[in-house]
Amino acid sequence: MALEIPMQGIDARARELGIDLSSVDLDSINLPAGEDFGIPSDDEDLLRDEDPMELEMGFANVVVVDNLPVVPPEKFDKLENVIRKIYSQIGVIKEGGLWMPINQETKKTYGYCFIEYNTPQEAELAREKTNGYKLDKSHIFAVNMFDDFDKYMKVPDEWMPAEIKPYTPGENLQKWLADEKARDQFVIRAGTVTEVYWNDARQKMPELVFQKQYWTDSFIQWSPLGTYLATVHRQGSQVWGGDDKFERLMRFAHPQVKLIDFSPGEKYLVTYSSHEPSNPRDTHRVVLNISDVRTGKVMRDFKGNADEFTPSGNISVSGVSWPIFRWGGGKDDKYFARLGKNVISVYETETFSLLDKKSLKIENVVDFCWSPTDPIIALFVPELGGGNQPARVSLVQIPGKEELRQKNLFSVSDCKMYWQNSGEYLAVQVDRYTKTKKSTYTGFELFRIKERDIPIEVFELDNKNDKIIAFAWEPKGHRFAVIHGDGPKPDISFYSMRTANNISRVSKLTTLKGKQANALFWSPGGRFIVFAGLKGFNGQLEFYNVDELETMATGEHFMATDIMWDPTGRYLASAVTSVHEMENGFQIWSFSGKQLYKVSKDHFYQFMWRPRPPSLLTPEKEDEIAKNLRKYSKKYEQEDQDAFNQLSEQERKRRKQLQEEWEGWVAKWKQLHEEERPYRIELRDGEASDDEEEYDTKEVEVEEVVHVQEEEVPFDLDQE
Amino acid sequence: MRPILMKGHERPLTFLRYNRDGDLLFSCAKDHTPNVWFADNGDRLGTYRGHNGAVWTCDVSRDSSRLITASADQTVKLWDVQSGAELFTFRFDAPARSVEFSIGDGLAVITTDNFMENVPTVQVKRIADDPDDQSEESLLVIVGIRGRITRAVWGPLNKTIITAGEDATIRIWDTETGTCLRQSDPEQGHQKAISSLSKSADWSHFLTGSLDKSAKLWDTRTLTLIKTYVTERPVNAVDISPLLDHVVIGGGQDAMNVTMTDRRAGKFEAKFFHKILQEEIGGVKGHFGPINALAFNPDGRSFSSGGEDGYTAFEKRPKVLG
Repeated sequence: MALEIPMQGIDARARELGIDLSSVDLDSINLPAGEDFGIPSDDEDLLRDEDPMELEMGFANVVVVDNLPVVPPEKFDKLENVIRKIYSQIGVIKEGGLWMPINQETKKTYGYCFIEYNTPQEAELAREKTNGYKLDKSHIFAVNMFDDFDKYMKVPDEWMPAEIKPYTPGENLQKWLADEKARDQFVIRAGTVTEVYWNDARQKMPELVFQKQYWTDSFIQWSPLGTYLATVHRQGSQVWGGDDKFERLMRFAHPQVKLIDFSPGEKYLVTYSSHEPSNPRDTHRVVLNISDVRTGKVMRDFKGNADEFTPSGNISVSGVSWPIFRWGGGKDDKYFARLGKNVISVYETETFSLLDKKSLKIENVVDFCWSPTDPIIALFVPELGGGNQPARVSLVQIPGKEELRQKNLFSVSDCKMYWQNSGEYLAVQVDRYTKTKKSTYTGFELFRIKERDIPIEVFELDNKNDKIIAFAWEPKGHRFAVIHGDGPKPDISFYSMRTANNISRVSKLTTLKGKQANALFWSPGGRFIVFAGLKGFNGQLEFYNVDELETMATGEHFMATDIMWDPTGRYLASAVTSVHEMENGFQIWSFSGKQLYKVSKDHFYQFMWRPRPPSLLTPEKEDEIAKNLRKYSKKYEQEDQDAFNQLSEQERKRRKQLQEEWEGWVAKWKQLHEEERPYRIELRDGEASDDEEEYDTKEVEVEEVVHVQEEEVPFDLDQE
Repeated sequence: MRPILMKGHERPLTFLRYNRDGDLLFSCAKDHTPNVWFADNGDRLGTYRGHNGAVWTCDVSRDSSRLITASADQTVKLWDVQSGAELFTFRFDAPARSVEFSIGDGLAVITTDNFMENVPTVQVKRIADDPDDQSEESLLVIVGIRGRITRAVWGPLNKTIITAGEDATIRIWDTETGTCLRQSDPEQGHQKAISSLSKSADWSHFLTGSLDKSAKLWDTRTLTLIKTYVTERPVNAVDISPLLDHVVIGGGQDAMNVTMTDRRAGKFEAKFFHKILQEEIGGVKGHFGPINALAFNPDGRSFSSGGEDGYTAFEKRPKVLG
């Protein structure tokens, strides 16, 4: 890009600066080769390059419409009006922004026109909406962005073989799973610093793995199997991985990305942004990209108005209810779906298009969720026509789209669906109106998915007027827990989907009365559960063993806002995040409720355990290990003991050293103090005593009679 | 063991001081009247009426005959401990913040706040044996410290004065020349205003508490940092046990924020740390406002705390912790 400056200009400038141009040999100045004069710019970030530069050329808001009819002058106005009509529906055409050139020789139009909008967004939208628009049979619009023409013109005529980059082996991204001490990692974000730690419970402190300032602009997120850590930036999202170095693996350009979501098998990353409309009366425009995590390629993008992506009109603060796309079919990442108006759109990842090319039509559907393991959708349709048409919950199989089971429900006010994590059961919590319609009561419909014909059981609490505060399935198990009741001390009940005789009926295990709790946290391995009184309940924790139906321990993490089990169910983290000003930090507990250590951090935003992929062992193998646990645990017990001994030895040494240092310091000081003694006495007008001499430490034993009682002991000779 | 609650002040407590024998406890508060209490049972013995503003600090002479008080009414008053009679008034142009008798009680170091156009000062006054001979004249005036000086105390043999204040810096001054001898290292030292300072029984080291949520132990002579005790709250008051290797630290959030959270949120407890190991060993709850003042009885077996709530809690500690 040679910039030409006229010679007169140079002369004038030189005169201004007082330089005699004749004495300057311009050829002696050697500029380094290359456009940037050899000065590397730190802006040369790939992301920035990909950043579509708005208004770069000033033509970003212009589209070119091709394939128009070629018309003589008398029809010119008519065609122009038609085009104007079509294109002003999409946005405001600039004044004089519609230009259809005319061939001077034939006096006819060329069959194309230019349309200039006020904003590039409108132009983009116009391209999207009208490309392929059928004006009539022989005139199908071909719409392109004006700026794109340049790009297409540059495509070389001859095919060039793509440059093949040499393969560089990457880091083993699963190395962290092979930790010798079998520890788990977690990431925290406090202030501007993001840190990854090992949870070293044996040493009773975390061990720093990786630390970075300003790693993310808003938040961080592990992928569901723990391979990647995603950071979110203004220009897009990035994923990082590894054991201790956390190298960047991929970048996903997405300007102003707000929310991200991984597919359950972490093959895909969904990124979301919403943009202020140019016209304040319009709704926000949203952009969603679904990218392949490993290649970084955008597999499909969705663009549109915010209300298209928020059915039932409940526009929340962020604009949508997240995640918009819900992934189904377990960890294979085969399907994803979103809720639309009267439809559920199911897409499949093979082609990234609608399954069977059409959405699932369901009148008035308001909510749906996937089974965590199988391609089954549970959906809920509320009551219609004032109760004439009942509300219904149905299960739909994908890809066949056949309804597996359906249940009609009457007088329903609200409905929530809870899947058990191995997809065996579905609980539907139904709030119904009482006859007076003044209040509601709650019941549950329990679906047994894996049984023949999917039997449904209606289940109600002992007192069905109790308010349900929380519901949670035991992971991998067949039990569930409910917090119910009103007031500050609700009850907690446990139920099993099986009874002793293995008949499929729900049976109650126990009810615990008056617990200060509002949230339930099952251990990922089942069996243990923590009831927590979060936020308003001041952070009471109770560790409960459901097999034995007994409380193992109670604890308190004052003001706790979040509770998280580690993926193995061995440890529990409780945290106070920066929703509170004070007390920020986290504590680590053992599964049985022993507090192991605590860390205080100001401006504590996030705590996340690094998830683990599911076990590769078969259930039989797992059972076998559980059976022979003693054999295996011996080794670890020994290690634990060694670590403990070492630790206490270290600690003892450290304490001793500190004590010695201190004593040395005190001794030195004592000497000085003694030397100064005469001066002190002088200052005190001859009063001899120094404070410290008045107190001698003496050990005194005092015996005190606490209680005397006389008792008659019957003396019986027969007694042995 | 339950603490003995002493309700005698209508406004937040500011300072507590035991006499040398440990039988009397003097308390200052934002109401204008310092009190004296029996240290063993918490009965109020008497009051010292005469100030017209919050009383920030006090000190009592070695023989427990004189009390000196510094007040926001821009005066420092000398009192007869036994009769409660006001003996003398030093007048200043700004509120008096800190006061302490020297070894031998012949001198007193007084600090005044930055107020209106006045810069904060440290002043040394001679305390006459007979109040009739008392003069207002200052023997030494130290200026040049920025921000309020929260505490000024005597160093060994009255040769130095140690100051700490809102500029988060601790300084040691020569009492002969008024020059600054040492200054705390800004890296190691406190990061926010220092709220309190307390000396060990033998004056070899002292403890400072700061709003940066830490307390630090320093060498009185060299001003080297010896220990740091980290807590979760801004520190308002500190003291060192004369008996055991313990320090006690009290605090809470700013008074203005207290009403916005519930009592426990403020964690208004006095925390005990092991002086040498720097580990927290226990806490004593009881106040429902931040703790502003802490003092160990010279026998080391009990301590008192004074809170923003206007109570003085007086805790016997027959059990030796740690």
